[in-house]
Amino acid sequence: MPDPRKTPKSKYTADRGFAGAFDGETVTRRRMMTLTAHGAGAAATVAFILPALGFAAGSALFDRPEVQWEAVGKPEDFPTDTYIPKVITETSGVGEIGKTTVYMRARNPQIDKPPNPPNLPAGTTDQFIAISTRCMHLGCPVRYVQASARFICPCHGGVYDFVGAVAGGPPVRPLDRFYTRVHNGQVEVGPRYSVNSEFRRFPSYRDPGEDLDGIGQYMYPGRFSTPKLN
Amino acid sequence: MKFPKVKAPPLPDTLNPRPRPPGAPPKRKPLEHAQEAGISAIDWVDERTSLAGALRWVLFRKVPRGTNWFYTLGSATLFAFLSQAVTGVFLAMYYRPDAAGGAYESVRHITNDVFLGEFVRGMHKWGSTVMVILVFLHMGRTFFFGAYKYPRELNWVIGAVLLILTMVMSFTGYLLPFDQRSYWATIVGVNINGTGPVVGPFLSDFLRGGAEFGATTLSRFYAIHMLLIPGAIAALIGAHLFLVTKLGTTAPPWLKANGDDRLHEDRV
Repeated sequence: MPDPRKTPKSKYTADRGFAGAFDGETVTRRRMMTLTAHGAGAAATVAFILPALGFAAGSALFDRPEVQWEAVGKPEDFPTDTYIPKVITETSGVGEIGKTTVYMRARNPQIDKPPNPPNLPAGTTDQFIAISTRCMHLGCPVRYVQASARFICPCHGGVYDFVGAVAGGPPVRPLDRFYTRVHNGQVEVGPRYSVNSEFRRFPSYRDPGEDLDGIGQYMYPGRFSTPKLN
Repeated sequence: MKFPKVKAPPLPDTLNPRPRPPGAPPKRKPLEHAQEAGISAIDWVDERTSLAGALRWVLFRKVPRGTNWFYTLGSATLFAFLSQAVTGVFLAMYYRPDAAGGAYESVRHITNDVFLGEFVRGMHKWGSTVMVILVFLHMGRTFFFGAYKYPRELNWVIGAVLLILTMVMSFTGYLLPFDQRSYWATIVGVNINGTGPVVGPFLSDFLRGGAEFGATTLSRFYAIHMLLIPGAIAALIGAHLFLVTKLGTTAPPWLKANGDDRLHEDRV
């Protein structure tokens, strides 16, 4: 004969003869208290974990910085056949590391393709080319070498031709560019954008190393943390 | 002239030698008391915690025949971690995670001005490399001795997580001196993270605190380096050591499994 202490009790309160039990009720007072205590513990944990995680990741992932324009010179300063280096501040409040060099020239219809897609954001112009020095392999700073009309990266040997397309080495896409506009007689440099090997614009710029041809444009989606023009 | 005789004050009871009751144990001398002071202090703690059993379980384990110096690599790794923790805590007293020049200046101050600063920073800097090497040697010992097999698979998994966390420590710590080398190495490292499909770009944003290397990137790396990962490493080392103690260590593979003749005869 089985030990009566080991036979499981009925889950129905009515079977166990509780006062006030009704048919089909299963929640005993003990179960009620257990569930309440576990539920309160879970709610308290979630109440501090979720805000803490949101605090750590939220502004990093979802804060869109404001669009900033920085004047770099008069329109006639920029030739079509070579680059003029200009230093702009991409991130303020961090001193020297927030600055970056931009190689600038005027558009040359013979070598520069028309904008793709053709409708540029309102107020911007395609009359100036502003090329970023951020190597599209892993982000080291490239340098324009006049003698070979190439951009060359010191880290892993990435080479880009005069328009910024990959000419050799490990980079996965052409050099990023910046939107430009003419404002109060000054050429101004605005937000960065990425291009793929056909020079199609990706306004939410991608980090280096992220291929934007074919499946790459879906594997590396745009982010919420890049400045957005209108 | 004669001074009046004053009665001497009564001595406290404790100073009056009193005869011991017959059959009482002999009285302890003060030196014997001093000798037993340590033991009685330990007794006091043990009576209230029962820690002695746990300590005996951890420290006086049986180890298999053939245990050799290779078995000390795990302890060496633990020692490297402790040394990193102690030197790191003290480096944090002088370090300033200020991206606008303060970080580099504070590291220069530690290295050039603070008493023993170059030595303690050097211990932390080279110690990180030593720790990575020791982790790999320990992992190699475990692999080549077959010590990852049943029932120790979970300990291998914990060890692999500890290896990854050690790498994260090396990565996040590399930025902190904030010179050209650490800045560009971190740019490259974060961009390598970003090449992971779909989640990579967002992981990079999380690490940098935004789309660009900004004012909070350095303090983010600093917090991850000195709070988040060390806590996780310490907790996992606890789990690792618990399993080592519970499961015991393995004999070297060159010893035969039934090497104990006595046991063998018993079975026959």
